[in-house]
Amino acid sequence: MTFKQKFLGSAAALALSAGAALAEPALIFDLGGKFDKSFNEAAFNGATRWAEETGNNFREIELQSEAQREQALRRFAEAGNNPIVMAGFAFADALGQVAADYPDTRFTIIDMVVDAPNVRSVVFNEHEGSYLVGMMAAKASESGTVGFIGGMDIPLIRKFACGYAQGVKAVNPDATVVANMTGTTPAAWNDPVKGSELTKAQISQGADVVYAAAGGTGVGVLQTAADENILSIGVDSNQNYLHPGKVLTSMMKRVDNAVHQAFTDGAEMETGFQVMGLANGGVGYAMDEHNEALVSEDMKSAVDDAASKISSGEITVHDYMSDDSCPVLSF
Amino acid sequence: MQKMPQWAEVVLVPLISLFLAAILSALVILGIGEDPIEAVNLMITGALGSTYGWGYTLYYATNFMFTGLAVAVAYHAGLFNIGGEGQATLGGLGVALVCLMLPWPHWSLALIAAILGSALFGAFWAMIPGYLQARRGSHIVITTIMFNFIAAALMNYVLVNMLRPAGSMDPATERFPEAVHLPSLHDVLAVFGINFSKAAPANVSLLIAMIACLLVWILIWRTRLGYEIRSFGKSESAARYAGIAPARITIITMLLSGALAGCMAINNVMGEAERLVLNAVEGAGFIGIAVALMGRSHPFGVFLAAILFGFLYQGGAELALWTSIPRELIVVIQALVILFTGALDNMVRAPLEKVFLAMRRAPKSERKTQAAE
Repeated sequence: MTFKQKFLGSAAALALSAGAALAEPALIFDLGGKFDKSFNEAAFNGATRWAEETGNNFREIELQSEAQREQALRRFAEAGNNPIVMAGFAFADALGQVAADYPDTRFTIIDMVVDAPNVRSVVFNEHEGSYLVGMMAAKASESGTVGFIGGMDIPLIRKFACGYAQGVKAVNPDATVVANMTGTTPAAWNDPVKGSELTKAQISQGADVVYAAAGGTGVGVLQTAADENILSIGVDSNQNYLHPGKVLTSMMKRVDNAVHQAFTDGAEMETGFQVMGLANGGVGYAMDEHNEALVSEDMKSAVDDAASKISSGEITVHDYMSDDSCPVLSF
Repeated sequence: MQKMPQWAEVVLVPLISLFLAAILSALVILGIGEDPIEAVNLMITGALGSTYGWGYTLYYATNFMFTGLAVAVAYHAGLFNIGGEGQATLGGLGVALVCLMLPWPHWSLALIAAILGSALFGAFWAMIPGYLQARRGSHIVITTIMFNFIAAALMNYVLVNMLRPAGSMDPATERFPEAVHLPSLHDVLAVFGINFSKAAPANVSLLIAMIACLLVWILIWRTRLGYEIRSFGKSESAARYAGIAPARITIITMLLSGALAGCMAINNVMGEAERLVLNAVEGAGFIGIAVALMGRSHPFGVFLAAILFGFLYQGGAELALWTSIPRELIVVIQALVILFTGALDNMVRAPLEKVFLAMRRAPKSERKTQAAE
């Protein structure tokens, strides 16, 4: 294709999309970028699935700076995009400022609660999903030591770690859980080199299964685990395919479902507080052809049993964020 | 002897550089299958086509004026301060402490205190490299850039461990009280009956930045200290012979430079975010280098260059919003402008000087032949 053809084609596409801009939904990614193979990418996948199913378009932006959070929200709202979905807790402050100025626009924020009449706040029971993969880690581990590598050290990630540790202890009360955080700033979401170093450090402490809840940093964790021939557990998206046969499973946080749901509900969506847990398919563990050889029947039935007990309320997994403490793990 | 007239130096060189950068950017945009003309249109209407766009353009420009002036002042003394990023970061800490620790009755008082606080913190952060250069001979380029990293690490520690409100996941301070809210351009211009966009973050700091431009001009060209700074920058040995103390000038210049960089925080921390977040400076310290280079270290040049870069930033944001040009490419476009106006300056200047010299020689030789007759 020549440049000229490309040029004409894109000009036509631009003209078309400009005409259909009204009431399109919009999606705003966090600073990690949409192809982080994890959280943001899950959001992108949900939006893409919606676009393929309905044949409609959506607006999207990858932020470059903090100042753009509010700017992007306002620009999309003023352009008539509705609903506007944002992926990440860091939007809470900007949304709190903006929401009241656009009462007719519906906003959805993921991972954080913003109390406004036109905002839907979606939070996930990550501790429940982490509990399940913790059980699998304990069953797969031969050394009795398993690892956890978090991204940024925030209560949300401690919630992952705490759920995971509870799952491990439920299977093997004597197991050791080694937990490390990559950093204390948002840069910790995208530091695969440090993720790799932490994985090596945990392996030297005897860990033979590591769970990464660290966004883009997790790519380094999974890579090193595969190189060193131990098992790893992915997070948010299904990451089993990254290293087939080396990734035990992935803790699925269905951000894609939340985005898909928000887009489907459209401008008339119900606002308020929404919890996505095991019971409504918000979290879970990933099974596909890449990890079926790793997951035994016994492992699967034990986990499925626990999952139904958590859904029914028979087992309660302690939520770190409810009281900022974890009974089985200290940070 | 000047090789070319002043107007060519100030206007023609930057314009040609800009034009070259624009052509290359257009080729890059074409290469990924987008329409460059459409992109330019979007950038211009997005950044300059509405008071909203102007509000963002001027907001970014205010940041760049402060950091550009900081680089320019140091440059006159022959010092290359590339630590504007760290100094502005520390300035942010100064502003946050002033705004959070004391109950201010009115924003104007808070603004004066915040200017002092930010200038003090920024100056302090530049003083250490200045001292090391003056007394220990550690090169200022190395120390200032290292101090950027130290500032980032320090800010990280302070925000995560000391200033973060309990229960918050974001490494940021709490919101500043309502009383220290700076009037935006919307509020200021409403007094004159002009309806300026309410959503844009440009605020009274813009006026402070313009006053700072004027003060820097007075300082450099109309005071004894400015004369000392310039003579020191032109030739250290000559300055020493004239009785100017090099260590004193180095440290004073760095203090002034750091204070100007630090003052940027009244715009981005106090004026826009109204709380201190991590990485609040977002590269404005480095853009300041390009702004000062392009403005030829003259305050008015810095003012114009800052507005140009404000336009590039806001226009770039609009591109990201309304096209599928990826954000990495927008950085490429911004980088091309910096490359051509800053680093490749001589590529345009040298041929242009030749042209002007040739033009000057021609009439002269004619005159000579006339005299011979």
